[in-house]
Amino acid sequence: MTDPSSSFSHADGAPDTSDAAPTVGLFVTCLVDLFRPRIGFAAVKLLEAAGCRVVAPRAQTCCGQPAYNSGDNGHSRRIAAQVIDAFEGVDYLVAPSGSCAGMIRAHYPELFEDDPAMHLRASALASRSYELVSFLTDVRDMPLAAIEARFDGAVTYHDSCSGLRELEIKQQPRRLLSAVEGVRLSELPSAEICCGFGGAFCVKYPDVSNKMVEEKAADIVATGADALLAGDLGCLMNMAGKLKRQGAPTRVYHVAEVLAGMADGPGIGEADIGEAEEDAAPAPADT
Amino acid sequence: MQTTTPQFKENARTALANPQLQQALTKMKVGFVERRAQARAALPEFDALRDQARDIKNHTLEHLDLYLERFEEKVTAAGGHVHWARNAEEARRQVIEICRGVEAKSVTKGKSMISEEIALNGALEEAGFEVVETDLGEYIIQLRKEHPSHIIAPAIHVLKEQVAEDFRAHHIQFDKARPLTEPRQLIAEARQVLRQKYLDSDVGITGANFLIAETGTSVIVTNEGNGDLTQTLPKVHVVIASLEKVVPTLDDASAILRVLARSATGQEFSAYTTFSTGPRRPDDPDGPEQYHVILLDNGRSGMLGTEYQDMLRCIRCGACMNHCPVYGAVGGHAYGWVYPGPMGAVLTPSFIGVDQGGHLPNASTFCGRCAEVCPMRIPLPKMMRHYRAKEYEEGLAPPAMRFGLDLWGFVATKPRLYRLATRIAMGLLGRLGRKRGRFARLPLAEGWTRHRDFPAPEGSTFQDQWDAMGGAR
Ligand code: SF4
Repeated sequence: MTDPSSSFSHADGAPDTSDAAPTVGLFVTCLVDLFRPRIGFAAVKLLEAAGCRVVAPRAQTCCGQPAYNSGDNGHSRRIAAQVIDAFEGVDYLVAPSGSCAGMIRAHYPELFEDDPAMHLRASALASRSYELVSFLTDVRDMPLAAIEARFDGAVTYHDSCSGLRELEIKQQPRRLLSAVEGVRLSELPSAEICCGFGGAFCVKYPDVSNKMVEEKAADIVATGADALLAGDLGCLMNMAGKLKRQGAPTRVYHVAEVLAGMADGPGIGEADIGEAEEDAAPAPADT
Repeated sequence: MQTTTPQFKENARTALANPQLQQALTKMKVGFVERRAQARAALPEFDALRDQARDIKNHTLEHLDLYLERFEEKVTAAGGHVHWARNAEEARRQVIEICRGVEAKSVTKGKSMISEEIALNGALEEAGFEVVETDLGEYIIQLRKEHPSHIIAPAIHVLKEQVAEDFRAHHIQFDKARPLTEPRQLIAEARQVLRQKYLDSDVGITGANFLIAETGTSVIVTNEGNGDLTQTLPKVHVVIASLEKVVPTLDDASAILRVLARSATGQEFSAYTTFSTGPRRPDDPDGPEQYHVILLDNGRSGMLGTEYQDMLRCIRCGACMNHCPVYGAVGGHAYGWVYPGPMGAVLTPSFIGVDQGGHLPNASTFCGRCAEVCPMRIPLPKMMRHYRAKEYEEGLAPPAMRFGLDLWGFVATKPRLYRLATRIAMGLLGRLGRKRGRFARLPLAEGWTRHRDFPAPEGSTFQDQWDAMGGAR
């Protein structure tokens, strides 16, 4: 059994002021792992720029939210236990998602309310788990000069619900974005209203979800911004999917991609231009 | 009341396709939210008052029996009567008996959600009484033979043009050519019609926002003053209230009143806050000859001591639905029973069973805006999640979803298998989707692609790329 006392070093969640580079375990999140690994690499770049050593523990899959939000507490606990084991040895767990970080911070301890030993371990991990931009800002106090990025155009920002309400992430991404050269922020009036993703919600109640994302897409287009940014890939895929379906020109990126200067490739839901051209030459008619 | 909650999905589709409703909801969404935000900003101690309000109710719920008994004693001492009703049936019977006891013909009613919960109007009409709703919104939906779609604005789904049509159809005593385009014209006409009804009424029925244990007082808040006329003009005043409306003292009631109107409409106080204690005393200038309180349980005592107890703090302000994006999309009728929005998503399965009400706690993105604004700090998403867990445990979740979850849960707890499966799946999807960057259609993802494109994955996973570059583990 792991010695739980080792987890107490940062149990109060206080900023790490020691000179040694803290070890950050990157919780990649299942969506970033599967759909858009470049967000993970952007996170690594930012964390290193903020003076951290980054590891990606092998035994991670997902945070367990799909099970937890579906009432399947058995699987949720098994998945949570797996994450707790995998990240026992790191100083911090950091995820490029407010929703997964919120799950670990706010809900892992709740899952083990009837199991004192696991509750202790879950709470210890919870207290050193952070969403990426809030970690960079609130824990590392990252100097703006450490952001070396350029993005030409107007962007608008959607505050994903879990990050906003469970983790109080609001100013942090805006503060960091102000250090990106060439970028102008054009605020979204409905930034704090849910985009209608909600995990399984969007496929269980597709028509209600559609109404929500339709209104969101209209608001995004009305800002006139060239790009939409947010901190959660699930919401971004939902909004990008709607914008693309409507033929809107707005490009969609995770905020980490812009902060890391890695938003020069295709946006979410866009063709990879280089490869498309390469493929297009010999290929028969597009299917 | 009949429930259509099991047909939530169909109800929602109908609501989404109803242009008048959508127009009404668009207006609502902005108005309530802005007014609450302004009220909150104008009162620095607002959040501290919410904590105080929560603590008062928590304390009361811990000693509910004590405060209810004290309330009954005080009502009796003031010359009134308390009737305990275990369920809707008993409550309806008690009201009908009181009306029969005074040989009533006409009954006027102030706004009361409990009356909806126990389906009182239908029962009274069946028993031969004329029933007139005196709250403007309630009056409108009574004419339209509908149910409230919002707990504080029952006719929020109706546009003023529709109200004008209804008035022309029902108020045939007035000149056909009269103008009815302005809200004030509609209000004036309703007032004129209702004035005589108040005078003719034998029994006035109201709800209660609070019952005060130390004095035996019932309290209602309204903006139209209709409640006052309803309860003071007839011979008999009947208050129908549920158990959890009781608070220990007048001070407690005024503490909660400070967050109620601000959360509901953004007002500091509603226009009328009326306290009623017992029937008319000999030297009172007016008031009813009889004062009755029906104390309804109807499932509430069963929530005490459970994970749903916090819900009994609810003061029916409506803030949760005003801020709910799902309510804002489909309106209140889609929820299919008495209570809509987030509070309804907890109350409906509590009162009519999770087998009937199960859709509602699922039809939420857990965006958390309801809990953020609830003046009583009720953790609404958490309680909805408890209902989802209950459904899952009782095997009520749809089999396809259950199978999917089990399979996914199995793979997600085996990282090696997960890596292999995702490598294959993402490789395939990545190759298929590379050219367009997204899919317009995808097998098994119809729920997604009906309304939006599905962004294609890059093709190889982060984990594989990290390994390939020798990243630290
Ligand atoms: S749950 Fe809260 S916000 Fe909703 S009606 Fe009740 S008190 Fe108001």
